[in-house]
Amino acid sequence: MALKDLPNEEYILQGNASCPGCPITVALRTVLKALGKDTIVTVPASCSAVIESLYPKTSFGVPTMNIAFEAAAAGASGVEASMKAQGRDDITVLAWAGDGGSYDIGLQALSGALERGTDFLYVCYNNQMYSNTGIQRSGATPYGAWTTTTWKGKKEQQKNLAEIAMAHEIPYVATASIAYPEDLYRKTLKAKETRGPKYMEILCPCPPGWRFDMSKTVTMARLAVETGMWLLYEYEDGSLSFNPPSKQIVEGERDAKPIEEWLRLQGRFRNLTDSDVDKIKEAMRKRWAFYRKKAELYG
Amino acid sequence: MKIIDTANDIAALAAKMARPDVIAAYPITPQTVIVERLAKYVENGELDTQFIRVESEHSAMAACIGAGASGSRTFTATASHGLLLMHEMLHWAALARIPVVMVNVNRAIGPGWSIWSDCNDSMSQRDTGWLQFYCSSNQEVFDTLVQAYRIGEHSDVMLPVMVNYDGFILSHTSMAVDVPEQQAVDDFLPAFKPGWKLDVDDPVTHGNIIGPDYYMEVRYDMHQAQQRAKDIITEVGSAWGGIGDSYGLVDTYRCDDADMVIVAMGALGAEAHRAVDELRDNGTAAGLARVRVFRPFPREALQAIADHAEMVVIDRDISLGMAGVLATEMQAALDAEIHPFIAGLGGRDVTYEDIMRIYELAEQGKEGWYTVEVQ
Repeated sequence: MALKDLPNEEYILQGNASCPGCPITVALRTVLKALGKDTIVTVPASCSAVIESLYPKTSFGVPTMNIAFEAAAAGASGVEASMKAQGRDDITVLAWAGDGGSYDIGLQALSGALERGTDFLYVCYNNQMYSNTGIQRSGATPYGAWTTTTWKGKKEQQKNLAEIAMAHEIPYVATASIAYPEDLYRKTLKAKETRGPKYMEILCPCPPGWRFDMSKTVTMARLAVETGMWLLYEYEDGSLSFNPPSKQIVEGERDAKPIEEWLRLQGRFRNLTDSDVDKIKEAMRKRWAFYRKKAELYG
Repeated sequence: MKIIDTANDIAALAAKMARPDVIAAYPITPQTVIVERLAKYVENGELDTQFIRVESEHSAMAACIGAGASGSRTFTATASHGLLLMHEMLHWAALARIPVVMVNVNRAIGPGWSIWSDCNDSMSQRDTGWLQFYCSSNQEVFDTLVQAYRIGEHSDVMLPVMVNYDGFILSHTSMAVDVPEQQAVDDFLPAFKPGWKLDVDDPVTHGNIIGPDYYMEVRYDMHQAQQRAKDIITEVGSAWGGIGDSYGLVDTYRCDDADMVIVAMGALGAEAHRAVDELRDNGTAAGLARVRVFRPFPREALQAIADHAEMVVIDRDISLGMAGVLATEMQAALDAEIHPFIAGLGGRDVTYEDIMRIYELAEQGKEGWYTVEVQ
């Protein structure tokens, strides 16, 4: 599937209220092209709720229910149950939440919905911070990143929510990046065709939050993958596989670009010391090694 | 059919007979039996519903909102801390105009842990936009739950309904209840037809950002719906009249020629019934006005009584730093002579003899915390 072959239908409408260079609309546009018209979305407090724009207008072309910050997955459970009650197995229920609403405040509801076998797709669009409230640290913020609640850089590593999702032994978990729309589209289609709980996480570099130029959103999303900072993989029916180019990087067939290339372009990492960068590299190597082993075990 | 069972069993039965499409509930003492019974009904095939065994009360209400927004009739039940955890979503359900029906079994709030009857849990939800009923018998629990769907889902109301009753005093006490045939309930309850729902053929965005130029109108419409609900509660009560009892907004007993009327809610109201008979036997012109509907506040019905009688108000709740919630609201809403008392917090027993004593204290011009300050 090439980019030009994506469906022409648009479910994210023009005039939406996203910032210039916003990755969220890019991600949701692609996801909804794959899911199509018969989709119901729940959105918690997040940038997406703003992007929908002000009542009485909307920029979302599919039925959408806003719900409280921690409740995207629980609200989606209710929608899913209602669709079952109505005999509508043709509807995709999508919970569309940021990393704050997924990693942190919404984690309990997400875990509950995954464990219950809810037939829905939960997407965490991960911009590695609370962006809607203006750049605060979340559980997904990487080590060393400046935010307005970590002025000298975050002192802890981010947690790994996709890994937590996998621990629920659900049928499908995938990571994606907006720089690889064909990969994202294919994964969303697979999620759509899979019954039961599906979890996807899309890396969404945020220009104002990460402090880079708004023309560089896709570049940042691509560099994150090319440096091995963000890995593209799929976990289906208990087996884990990497997708290009992460596959070649993790398997040592292709050199990852130096992580500095990605870090240097972001103002949020401006104050990193050499030892901070070493620490980031070390954590990254450990992550690769962990996934390599996991892929061997679950391959 | 006459059966003898606890209020929790009766609530589960009433919920089943109302045929909700989706139930999302989480166990908490003293409500747990409701969840257990409903799970059994579903697993036995006696109830065709989607039962979501959620991981918290917050998610229970969020799931009911999602299901209700998709056009389904919903039910949940909780108590005390569970209700408090739901607080955010109670507001959400009301503002989204989703007519969820919920049982709340009144229970005190910790610490220290108390599982006994106390109305501070539901009183703390006063301003969420939910209609609030307080029941005084297991029969009333059944009747009110069935009525609650028709009231909440009425196109002039479209608000969620909380049906309250006392933990243990009713929840775990068996009483005789007249249960109608399923057909009678089906005939009484029309299908749920919301004004909007999540529909892929008619996509709407619900609950997106709303500016100051619309928000007040949304609130005003909810307030008007609460006011309209007064007539609709009466109307629905009359329609149910042939099957069970109607009760009304305020259930009055021997009020017409009373000098002083006891005002209470829930099981305290049932106990006060006996106290009124005893006081009357002693030659005292006592009456009872049991407030069955707390939201919308039955101002007119209470004023009609206040016009000719003084009022002894017994609150099983306390707005700390102020006074009993019911008494405070009555003082604000009515032109009345009111003697406020706090009694029975955390399940402290209040017998009809206690209520007779409270009445005597009121006659002496006293008021306050019964057995703590005055006895």
